[in-house]
Amino acid sequence: MTIQGWALILAFTLLIVALAKPMGMWLFALYEGRRTPLHRVLSPVERGFYKLAGVDPQAGQGWRSYALHMLAFQLVTLLFTYAILRLQGVLPLNPRGLAGIGADGAFNTAISFTTNTNWQWYSGEVALSNFSQMLGLTIHNFLSAATGIAVAFALFRGFARRETKDIGNFWADITRVTLYLLLPLSCIYALFLVASGVPQTFASLVDATTLEGVKQHIVLGPVASQEAIKMLGTNGGGFFNANSAHPFENPTALTNLVQILSIFVIGVGLTWCFGKAVGNTRQGWAILTAMMVLFIAGVSIVYWQEAAGNPMLHQLGVAGGNMEGKEVRFGLAASALFSVITTAASCGAVNAMHDSFTALGGMIPMFNIQLGEIVVGGVGAGIYGFLLFALLSVFVAGLMVGRTPEYVGKKVEAREVKLAVLAIAMLPLCILGFSALASVLPQGLAGPLNKGPHGFSEILYAFSSAAGNNGSAFAGITSGTPFYNGLLGMAMWIGRFFVIVPVLAIAGSLAAKRHTPETTGSFPTTGPLWVGLLIAIILIVGGLTFLPSLALGPVADHLAMSGGQLF
Amino acid sequence: MLNDLKSALRPALVFTLMFAVLLGLAYPAAITGTAQLLLPDQANGSLIRQDGKVIGSRLIAQGFAGAGYFHPRPSAAGAGYEADNSYGSNLGPASQALHDRVQADIAKLRRPDAVPPADLVTTSASGLDPHITPEAAMFQVERVAGARGVPADRIRRLVEQQTEHRLLGFLGEERVNVLQLNLALDTLTREAAKNPT
Repeated sequence: MTIQGWALILAFTLLIVALAKPMGMWLFALYEGRRTPLHRVLSPVERGFYKLAGVDPQAGQGWRSYALHMLAFQLVTLLFTYAILRLQGVLPLNPRGLAGIGADGAFNTAISFTTNTNWQWYSGEVALSNFSQMLGLTIHNFLSAATGIAVAFALFRGFARRETKDIGNFWADITRVTLYLLLPLSCIYALFLVASGVPQTFASLVDATTLEGVKQHIVLGPVASQEAIKMLGTNGGGFFNANSAHPFENPTALTNLVQILSIFVIGVGLTWCFGKAVGNTRQGWAILTAMMVLFIAGVSIVYWQEAAGNPMLHQLGVAGGNMEGKEVRFGLAASALFSVITTAASCGAVNAMHDSFTALGGMIPMFNIQLGEIVVGGVGAGIYGFLLFALLSVFVAGLMVGRTPEYVGKKVEAREVKLAVLAIAMLPLCILGFSALASVLPQGLAGPLNKGPHGFSEILYAFSSAAGNNGSAFAGITSGTPFYNGLLGMAMWIGRFFVIVPVLAIAGSLAAKRHTPETTGSFPTTGPLWVGLLIAIILIVGGLTFLPSLALGPVADHLAMSGGQLF
Repeated sequence: MLNDLKSALRPALVFTLMFAVLLGLAYPAAITGTAQLLLPDQANGSLIRQDGKVIGSRLIAQGFAGAGYFHPRPSAAGAGYEADNSYGSNLGPASQALHDRVQADIAKLRRPDAVPPADLVTTSASGLDPHITPEAAMFQVERVAGARGVPADRIRRLVEQQTEHRLLGFLGEERVNVLQLNLALDTLTREAAKNPT
């Protein structure tokens, strides 16, 4: 570990906390449907969309209507991308003549990008044309992010509004978020990336002859435009197989810093926006504090483990940290930091190969995903996932003191707690159930690259990543088979919409309640006691479920690694 | 519920098409146009040309095997350094295959007096890492100097000149771009041949 490494971690933490309020204010304007300076240019586009679609943006929706419209939109965009992938061979912008994607692969990828997961069983540069990347995938990077933020807005309204059915209008929410936040930011971001060395062209391939006379086929494409929204929208699906480790996706230490900031920036902004929406920004800061405590603990462990290095290589005389699967320009600290951020959020981009991390260094990213990616989390998904834990925490606190629990002015009753538990329980059910299945069936056991406990870790990570809508991988696993494409596709769908629908139901049920003013008897949800309780509930409820499986994977791996046993 | 679904159909179709045009076509096209106009070098892959021919990209590692060139890190991209097949090894920390590969790479570097720095015997995440650490470059100086018949000190100075430093003192790591170092090395050798000291 170096001073520079810790300086980077500290600088990142300070910068991201400083960004919470400005981003939160912008998000709050969109939440409220207020005019922004960008409206002067873009509001004709917005109005045009509504007019063509026959949507009245002022008309509020009840939670069922909001959910059904949201689901209908997901299904249509899903089929759109499925068709593009299947028909790739006959569609334009395909100078390399790549063939269409098979049914199971297209099924998996269409779900993957619709659910903001961006799990990739294929290598982008090998399998996809520029047309598929742009029309099939880039649009989902915007729309799945906008959907996540829309659902978060709907839940905020549930807390903030009183005695109403109305939790907002889905179409207005996604359109505003896309037009006034994601698109303009992506434009500036993409140009910054190009200036730093990220390609942006419709050309697909350049042939080079190296100094020693070897042919090298350099793949290019519209990389920067996809890269920008890939990070901002916590999507994480790379243009290239190596993702943000590829020098064309993430060429410098500065682009790396901007990339990790952009994974978190909307997520931290939403914590502030939540506080503002419920009339007390300290509520938002309390949430952010709990998130940052878990975040810093995670980074410290990964950095420590990666810097300590691999005993097996030390025995061969190779000193220092674990550089297998890491890039020199990032080194240990920036790789450790990136891995924790990308899994704390549901991003899943990687700038180093998690599969080659030390056993415990690789366990933390997996554990972050299993906690439900609520440490800042994916755009929208992080905050609504976190608020489920907040509901559970006030419920537990209420049980201890024997009062009906309240949170930010709303009584929390049986219906909300049941729905929250349903949403929270889906994740372990899905991850552990599918992992168990894959660990006993021959089609599942054919997947892992590594032998021994690390092979099991690859399976566990795959289903954690899919159900958590993360998209990163212990990438040694061969998952482009009908078995994995099918199961992982199901896991991604369940992990996304079996959480979103209960969240919207909670929003509807909260919105219908009257306001309960805070009294001296209310459990305070802003101070250190609350932050401590939140962290404890998250670790106990979210984490404990996974300890046995982690003991079989990374912990066993660590003991083997330390004991000099090889597989 | 059925009415809700019916009323959702038209906006779902219209928004999909409109967003596809805006986000899938107009947005990448606008960025491509702007980038090609203002930043053509970077937008087209930061290519390096010699005598009009593309010899590689500044950002993409290429294999060097000759004793007279600095070698990059080992690569798991396809058969090695395949720029259309970026890949990490994905070998776990207790992997026999990783152990054997590193052992073989150490033996290949043939320096009985010193063990190579970690980056020189580990594969990068992309398989296309264009950089090595300054230590990894210094480790190779004697071999390169011997093969080229140039004093080792001149080559050491070249490595120092080519070393890129941390941004603001803490962002990134000290590193050397192997392709650019080798190009500078070719230039240096040509000049040394012209006026031997």
